[in-house]
Amino acid sequence: MTDHHSDIDSVTGKSTTGHEWDGIKELNTPLPRWWVISFYLTIVWSIGYWIVYPAWPLISSNTTGLFGYSTRADVAVELANLEKIRGAKMVALGAASLADIEKDLALLALARAKGKTVFGDNCAPCHGSGGAGAKGYPNLNDDDWLWGGSLDQIMQTIQFGARSGHAKTHEGQMLAFGKDGVLKPDEIVTAANYVRALSGLPTRKGYDAAKGEKIFAENCVACHGDGGKGNPEMGAPNLTDKIWLYGSDEATLIETISQGRAGVMPAWEGRLDPATIKAMAVYVHSLGGGK
Amino acid sequence: MNRTANPKELPLDDDNGPLYVAQKKVYPQSTSGTFRRIKWGLMAFCLGVYYFLPFVRWNRGLGAPSQAVLIDLPNSRFYFFFIELWPQEVYYFTGLLIVAAVALFLMNSVGGRIWCGYLCPQTVWTDLFYAVERLIEGDRRERMKKDKSSDPMKLERISEIVLKHSIWLLIGWWTGGAWVLYFNDAPTLVKELVTFQAPMLAYVWIGILTATTYLLAGYMREQVCTYMCPWPRIQAALTDEWALNVTYRYDRGEKRTSVKKAAELRALGQQVGDCVDCYQCVAVCPTGIDIRNGPQMECIQCGLCIDACDNVMTKIGRPKRLIGYDNDVNIQRRQEGKAPIYRIVRARTVSYSAIIAAVGGIMIYTLATRSLLDVNVLHDRNPVAVRLSDGSIRNAYTVRLLNKSGYDRVIAIDASGPVNATIHVIGIDSVTPDRPMIVVPRDSTSELRLLVTASVEGNPEKSIPVHFHVTDIGLGEVASATDNFVAP
Repeated sequence: MTDHHSDIDSVTGKSTTGHEWDGIKELNTPLPRWWVISFYLTIVWSIGYWIVYPAWPLISSNTTGLFGYSTRADVAVELANLEKIRGAKMVALGAASLADIEKDLALLALARAKGKTVFGDNCAPCHGSGGAGAKGYPNLNDDDWLWGGSLDQIMQTIQFGARSGHAKTHEGQMLAFGKDGVLKPDEIVTAANYVRALSGLPTRKGYDAAKGEKIFAENCVACHGDGGKGNPEMGAPNLTDKIWLYGSDEATLIETISQGRAGVMPAWEGRLDPATIKAMAVYVHSLGGGK
Repeated sequence: MNRTANPKELPLDDDNGPLYVAQKKVYPQSTSGTFRRIKWGLMAFCLGVYYFLPFVRWNRGLGAPSQAVLIDLPNSRFYFFFIELWPQEVYYFTGLLIVAAVALFLMNSVGGRIWCGYLCPQTVWTDLFYAVERLIEGDRRERMKKDKSSDPMKLERISEIVLKHSIWLLIGWWTGGAWVLYFNDAPTLVKELVTFQAPMLAYVWIGILTATTYLLAGYMREQVCTYMCPWPRIQAALTDEWALNVTYRYDRGEKRTSVKKAAELRALGQQVGDCVDCYQCVAVCPTGIDIRNGPQMECIQCGLCIDACDNVMTKIGRPKRLIGYDNDVNIQRRQEGKAPIYRIVRARTVSYSAIIAAVGGIMIYTLATRSLLDVNVLHDRNPVAVRLSDGSIRNAYTVRLLNKSGYDRVIAIDASGPVNATIHVIGIDSVTPDRPMIVVPRDSTSELRLLVTASVEGNPEKSIPVHFHVTDIGLGEVASATDNFVAP
């Protein structure tokens, strides 16, 4: 570094800092006073900030600040306020009848929004986030309903569940015809082919339709009804349509007839408040499968 | 221009000197002339528009805001006379910003920092604050004398200072007040403000803008331009040898000498300049520079030095515009004895103008042809498709209808594409089963769940395009959207 005290830039008449890059020298231009003061003030401000706000992490906690201010407490208050606003709307929902909710586009939108959230928290693990279902878990978007697809029936199923142990729950059992020794293995194969034929699916070579009809009439009609149309009172599925809860291939049907089926749906009464259950019933109904 | 200094005269050139320097206060003198008149005119225009625009009314019909320019944040709408913009149309602001930036470049390539000198809010408000200061405390000399005076404060002086700051704060307060009026119905808000019924946020914003106006225009002044604003740095890259800048025509200014001496020397046939070194150009400069040192970053090119110099030139009987809007090319040419040439039409200005015309044209076109009825469609993802008990397929869609007009519409919804498709909208019982109808209120959107059911037996395609048409029953206006009908 050169001695810059006497190094004066000839154009501006200012002294230089003595720094030089590729022949370009840096003028010694002090900062404006207000700038320096502002800079120091920001430092003072930041120290104040550290002290006033919860900032410093300690071993198992943190400093709490001076005035007990906490953004978390703020969020809690805001959430409570939000709940208050929503609460008023939910009262309107609770007061309206199911049919009226679907006719009022504003209430329908509210019920769908609320229902969707609650569905995601409670129903999606089994029925899927969009209610598409899975093997053994009904698809709520289609028009096939084990326990009925009207608004009231859907609400009832949500409230009390199926085989849930609740006093008002839906009951109904698909017997284990093979395991319990009611039908012989070859009869079960015949019965499986018979129900495939009911919904227009191809049957195995050598299958005896008359024998199948006899087995069905003796063992299945009680629940599934004449012609296998099903019975929502007992949760017995319609065997003549294109929708199969557990699958329609022969192997699955043999398994179903041999072992029986008894899917469980929990009761939601008591776990969710009535207005929420109502919102969920409307939401599920509006998925498209409702009747 | 080039001068050397004795190092001993420079107090800040050693490492033990202060880290900072105090602001050298600038005392601009008043002047009169062409550019001063232009500045007064533009100031009146700009401030007039800013302060009074919120009170201009515009009839948009029943229930709609009647303010000509309104930024309605709670409802996410922007109103500008006959234009109403929705949040998804903010790209118009992008276009506006592009046009504004290129217009700034164009100004710069034609006439230098016109923006800085005449239109920038910092310049306009500082000018207004200076006018107030001058009116109360007097012109340059008096102000300097009063500031230097070591006399104990006299009542007269104290009242002057109090009056000046009161008026400054009043201007700042009005500036903040006008600002908040753009965000709410102006007459209503004024009434609320004076009766202390207005929202807290309005008072907070008035406070913020009062403080910033007072500080920036009253105290910071030219330092905002010199230290805070990036534009002086950028404009150096945008200007070229043809751009007109406020220029000291040194070809007719040097060498500087007194009027008397100049006359004597001229009589002897010697070369002598018109500049009499009166420092009027420096005295009037709001940024405190000497334009005779050539183009400088601090110069906002307000033209006040031109006025000041012209007044002196008139008095001493020399031609005006020793300082004027000119460029370096012409000074060189005059020195070579050639006539000056001014070239406004050149590649740079033409291309800037073309960009402005193109972007502006696209904006006007899209604005004029934009639809006030729109439909957005979102296909359900889970499940994508559902098989019904009779074997047919159903797809569900979330449909959003947008009615951007100022009246309620009755909208009919159709879908076409898959053979024998039927549609159903949840919550709507239609008289005509395949054509659900819904009322969409003015200036709002409606979200609906729409189901399309069709048989795809014998169709090898996994996905069939489906077109949604929404029709305004009254006006016949149609909007469409296309999505896909998918088989499981």
